[in-house]
Amino acid sequence: MRRGAVLGVADIAKPRYQALHLPGERLPGNVGPVASSIPTDSPRALAPAQLPDDLRPYLSGVESDRQVSDWGRSERIEGALDQTVVEFLYRYWFRVQVEGIENVPSRGGALLVSNHSGALPPDAPMIAAALQREHPRPRKLHLTMEHFFKGYPGFAMLLPKLGGVPAHPANVHRLLFDEGQLVLVFPEGRKGTEKLYKDRYRLRRFGRGGFVEAAMRARAPLVPIAVVGAEEAAPIFAHVPLLQRLTGLTYFPLTPTFPWFGVLGMLGYLPARLHLRFLEPVATDRWGERPWEDRGLVQTVAQEIRELIQENVLEMVAGRESVWLG
Amino acid sequence: MRSRRILITGLSSFWGGRLAQGLERDPEIETIIGVDSQDPNRELERTEFVRVGTQHALIRRIVRAAEIDTVIDARMTVDSLAAAPRVAHENNVIGTMNILTACSGPDSPVKKFVFKSSAHYYGCEQDDPAFFTEEMARPRPARTPIERDIVEAEAAVAEFAERNDDKVVTILRFANGLGPDLRTSHMALFTLPVVPTILGFDPRYQFIHEEDIVGCLEYVVRHDLPGVLNGAGDGVLALSEVLDLLGRPSLPLLPPWGTGLAVSALGRVGVRIPPEMQAQLRFGRGLDNRRLKAAGYHYRFTTREAVQATAEHLRLRPLLRAGDGGNYRYEHEVEEFLRRSPSVRNAGQERGWRAPVDQVEELRRALGAARDVPDPTGAPESKGAGALSAYDSLASEELIALLDSLEPDDLRALRRHEQSSRRRAVVLAAIERYLERQGAVD
Repeated sequence: MRRGAVLGVADIAKPRYQALHLPGERLPGNVGPVASSIPTDSPRALAPAQLPDDLRPYLSGVESDRQVSDWGRSERIEGALDQTVVEFLYRYWFRVQVEGIENVPSRGGALLVSNHSGALPPDAPMIAAALQREHPRPRKLHLTMEHFFKGYPGFAMLLPKLGGVPAHPANVHRLLFDEGQLVLVFPEGRKGTEKLYKDRYRLRRFGRGGFVEAAMRARAPLVPIAVVGAEEAAPIFAHVPLLQRLTGLTYFPLTPTFPWFGVLGMLGYLPARLHLRFLEPVATDRWGERPWEDRGLVQTVAQEIRELIQENVLEMVAGRESVWLG
Repeated sequence: MRSRRILITGLSSFWGGRLAQGLERDPEIETIIGVDSQDPNRELERTEFVRVGTQHALIRRIVRAAEIDTVIDARMTVDSLAAAPRVAHENNVIGTMNILTACSGPDSPVKKFVFKSSAHYYGCEQDDPAFFTEEMARPRPARTPIERDIVEAEAAVAEFAERNDDKVVTILRFANGLGPDLRTSHMALFTLPVVPTILGFDPRYQFIHEEDIVGCLEYVVRHDLPGVLNGAGDGVLALSEVLDLLGRPSLPLLPPWGTGLAVSALGRVGVRIPPEMQAQLRFGRGLDNRRLKAAGYHYRFTTREAVQATAEHLRLRPLLRAGDGGNYRYEHEVEEFLRRSPSVRNAGQERGWRAPVDQVEELRRALGAARDVPDPTGAPESKGAGALSAYDSLASEELIALLDSLEPDDLRALRRHEQSSRRRAVVLAAIERYLERQGAVD
């Protein structure tokens, strides 16, 4: 079991591939494949056949008889959950309050970036639910998840059915650029969910800016989201590293209900009111041809988005009268 | 480049034989030579078979003597149940090197080299992308013997391409093949009374229909597409979806931890799950098949249709066991006679049928009657349609076996009838194929 993977939706993993252009390979325009490359220590490989870089017209058609998408997403299971558990949590438990949903574009790819917190974070399903319920043109959201989940029994079966996609740069690129879908990332990743209650509402480092790079390559806008309330809904008071190792889980937290009520205790959310604020989209196609090659720019954009979310989170916390009724 | 003189290695494999059959129909192709260490198991009209392994000196002599311009290497063992690891390694790695040696050299007549590889090249790992594109390498070194072989063989082909930049070198990486005639470890798994799965996993699976494997190979022979191409049907299914379509019950018999132990226990009772399949049952794999589509190839089957066609076959299998196309036996002397003897006048018509002659005659008569009816859509009660409706009860496979002996007009009549009655996609596609082959597409 890989240690230190994340329980929670994660930042886009660091690309394992190093860009290397083979002799004679046409340099892709601004639509080049994300993982275009070969690890330097790999055996020799033949270059792919030379064909148009933009393969979007050749995506598989939709087979109307199927209820499962090519990503493994199941309409039936997702729908059943959405109408029951998610509906209950959204309307009555968290009484989600949404601002600025119109900032999420109605068409085309967009990368949603949010702060992340809580033992078994309720933020991702609630953002997805908000897009289904409040957006003028309800859209499905793909949630990036750590590769850890693809290898953990149960999660591996369930999460893809609900729209989870392993956080591989190539997956994010295909969703954003080729398929024009909405993708949600949590750049804080594990550092966000592991955070103890005493550190609440202080955003962690935003990874290596992988999410900015992905959006730039796909020429998709970034939509920052500030979430308030998840920290109180599933607070973590301490971690038990020994039990974490024994269970092979990403971490073993002590929360108000876990482990006292068993595994289901992970779902024991406190009824804090959840506030979601969708901020103005940040266009990523205004920095020239290949902006992702400028590491400085990528880091700066990531930093600015982090500060923007932090500011909004603090503003929302300051304006909140009560954690529970707020 | 137009291929005229072709050498196929692995002629006795399913795709080797089918490819030869397909190429035989092209009058522009002068010569087709097939080599293999085993006798061919498909009836071939003009393909010449030479029984030879992968000794490079012998193949080199054949290549030079016959002035071969195109070599199709369809010999790779990509299923570890098909051969013992040592035998597979000998064939996959040493064999590939030998074939490449036979094709290289300054005086080599070879202009095109097509290599049939497998998506096992990419492996199955936890941190894989959901869709492998051709330029991606596997994230970790190969773990199973078959995967190691494939990576090594492809490296040899890449090196060959680098040194011979005047030759067109194409590698086709195929997803798991599926279809009535293929015997793969997945087919063996799907025909078990209960299909064992790994508890807590529902991997993504992508298949390619056997017809499309042959179709892709034929396409790259006819078009110059240097480089790597993935071959896989459209659409990626969850394993649960596949088993639903096949109508097979499944049981999560394999525990997520200690899967290897459980697999070896199952091996004792005769259920063999090779290591590369174990990885697929856990993590699954998807390929990006768009590059070959962009090059102009049209897949005849999506993944789902390939599974459905297989399901149809599995349901029929108990009934058709006798005539499974396995009644052909290669007899060297007979084949030699047919190809060489001056007494043979119409060798092309000596091909045996699988369909009984009287049945074909009857179908022709019925079709003739149906054609004479002025309005094909108007009168379903007419005599012709009545006679034809007897064929609606025929299984699609049996009907397809009859198609080969029909004229374009009859085929069109049959297509009209099928469209107005059962609309079986497989049958319609087969009719289209035969019409296309006879140059009578309308």
